[in-house]
Amino acid sequence: MKRLSAKLCQARRVVSACILYFVMAIAAVHAGESTPARIPDTIQQRIAACTACHGVHGEGTPESGFFPRLAGKPAGYLARQMKDFQDGLRKYGPMEYTVRQLSPAYMQEIAAYFSAQEVPYSRSPMPSLSADALKRGEQLVTHGDPARQIPPCSACHGSQLTGVQPDIPGLVGLPYDYISSQLGSWRTKTRATVTPDCMSEIANRLSASDISAVSGWLAGRELPADMHAQEAGSVTPPLHCGVLGDKGDGA
Amino acid sequence: MKRMRSIVILVVLLALVLFGAWWLRGGRTPPVSQAASQIDTATLKDPALIAKGEYLAAVGDCASCHTEQGGARYAGGRVLATPFGNIPAPNITPDRETGLGDWSFEDFWQALHSGKGRHGELLYPAFSYTSFTKVSRDDALAIFAYLQSLAPVHQPAKPLGLGFPYNVRSNLKAWRALYFQEGVYQPDPSQSEAWNRGAYLVQGLGHCNECHAPRDALGGMQNSPSLVGGQIPAQDWYAPDLSMKANGGLSGWSEQDIVDLLKNGQSARGTAFGPMAEVVAKSTQHMHEDDLRAIATYLQSLPPRPLPPEDKSPFDTRPILAQGAKVYAARCADCHGDNGEGVAGIYPPLSGNSSVNEPTGINAMRAVLLGGFSPVTDGNSRPYSMPPFAQQLNDSDVAAVVTYIRQSWSNKASPILERDVIKYRHTPID
Repeated sequence: MKRLSAKLCQARRVVSACILYFVMAIAAVHAGESTPARIPDTIQQRIAACTACHGVHGEGTPESGFFPRLAGKPAGYLARQMKDFQDGLRKYGPMEYTVRQLSPAYMQEIAAYFSAQEVPYSRSPMPSLSADALKRGEQLVTHGDPARQIPPCSACHGSQLTGVQPDIPGLVGLPYDYISSQLGSWRTKTRATVTPDCMSEIANRLSASDISAVSGWLAGRELPADMHAQEAGSVTPPLHCGVLGDKGDGA
Repeated sequence: MKRMRSIVILVVLLALVLFGAWWLRGGRTPPVSQAASQIDTATLKDPALIAKGEYLAAVGDCASCHTEQGGARYAGGRVLATPFGNIPAPNITPDRETGLGDWSFEDFWQALHSGKGRHGELLYPAFSYTSFTKVSRDDALAIFAYLQSLAPVHQPAKPLGLGFPYNVRSNLKAWRALYFQEGVYQPDPSQSEAWNRGAYLVQGLGHCNECHAPRDALGGMQNSPSLVGGQIPAQDWYAPDLSMKANGGLSGWSEQDIVDLLKNGQSARGTAFGPMAEVVAKSTQHMHEDDLRAIATYLQSLPPRPLPPEDKSPFDTRPILAQGAKVYAARCADCHGDNGEGVAGIYPPLSGNSSVNEPTGINAMRAVLLGGFSPVTDGNSRPYSMPPFAQQLNDSDVAAVVTYIRQSWSNKASPILERDVIKYRHTPID
């Protein structure tokens, strides 16, 4: 009898110890939960202000074309755009506010991050354009319009129109709305860059119908297998462009 | 009797004419030519004086107003929006035609100290001579020497965007009589050297009070105690109270917190954003440590503030707080913590944060809508950032979450309504 009660006592002690241990473990888990999760020291975490609209990998909003894709665009081009917003050459209040206090080095780092992202390209909604308009678009993109001193897009943006490192963006895989609104914004002076601003000159030589033709043909084009920008120095631009180093900095 | 009356009328008329003449043209002084200046050109070329002036120009944040977005430094052109109209900052590079190229030091001193242009014309107080009058003559000379050492930039002034009656400069006589007290800073012998240095920087060149105090309908600051905080007219940001004592905006801050914020753009208690981010980036981060400590010493002496009036809004805020708590948990808590405690060195605490609790709620609303980076400084060269929620949260959600953070933890500020969010969602960003 005595031995039985001693055994029971021991069992009770073991059970109590188990319960106590269990309770403490739960408390420890809770304590762990109430301290803030460690914030990762990554560029991705640091630039939440960018990724909220442009996407964690710079995928943008291809459905609407409102927030441009940044993924895979040449880093020099992306850094230049931030600088242009800083200087008020490109006009969009929220972007001007966001990049206002950034240093050139930090903008380079942010640009390099988005430039290195590999994100599949997706199709965006297309307007219905006549066959003639699309033909005119193709003509302008591949041959330009010498009579109106409009060079072909491919002369600068690469034979596959995927851009050229480090400063020239690709033109394919972008939504119609995005391309046409950029061409429009050079005409309304809400998008500019360092002089000589050759894209502004070219956009102003295009008519309204040319803009929709070019944008439509580019947006509808079959994507080449390799969407990466061509290597640096592989094109000889027909115009002097400030962004391409006419001012000496190249970025 | 009749004769007596006509004499009185005549005297009154004469007095009016004389007063009018004085009002419209009196006080004009011709400029002092550089040849006639007491300061010779060799003095102005002294590299040590120029270096001192460069530092002081940074302390005064002169470049911030006198540089256009993307423009040449100090060449002017930035337009200061005021409730009375737009006032463009002039070119202060030494260009002879469009800048200060022909100015003597006496001309410069008259502008900085007395708020009068080269020809004695009264200057608009958008140029903060109400503060700069406290700058010593030696410091003014150093700043002038620095400005004269810059490369001249030819950039004509933009037209003044003021309508009647504000475009009549003589009307500034009345304004000056009400709000302007001319005089260099006089040290208080009962205070320490550091305190006096801090007071000199804060009240003078730093012109902190120009934003951190309320302005009345005429744009002046007459009766309010200094640095109690105020809404910045036309810009729609709130510059918080700077008292570190009870009920002050910086209550609970240490001297080190002040130095950290001014040096790095963030401290354990808060982060600089909006217009203060620009002040830190362009001015205070370049200041010497002992000057920053002096500023903190002076701020520590600001008096306690009265207890803010208790919020007695008639409506039941419980549903809004419940909605706000949901938004907070989903969007804010990951970074700012379940209890608004923030993450040390990365994300600011919201509990006890002066920009959350300021009387208007503008700062919290706009921070939620705009997000953004804290300023890039040597001490924080790759700052973390906050996502803008303007595209993701509707007016009702913004009002709810801002009300929630203003009334949670240690915070007891007034609720925010949807109509306030509608107003500040569309404030132009500058």
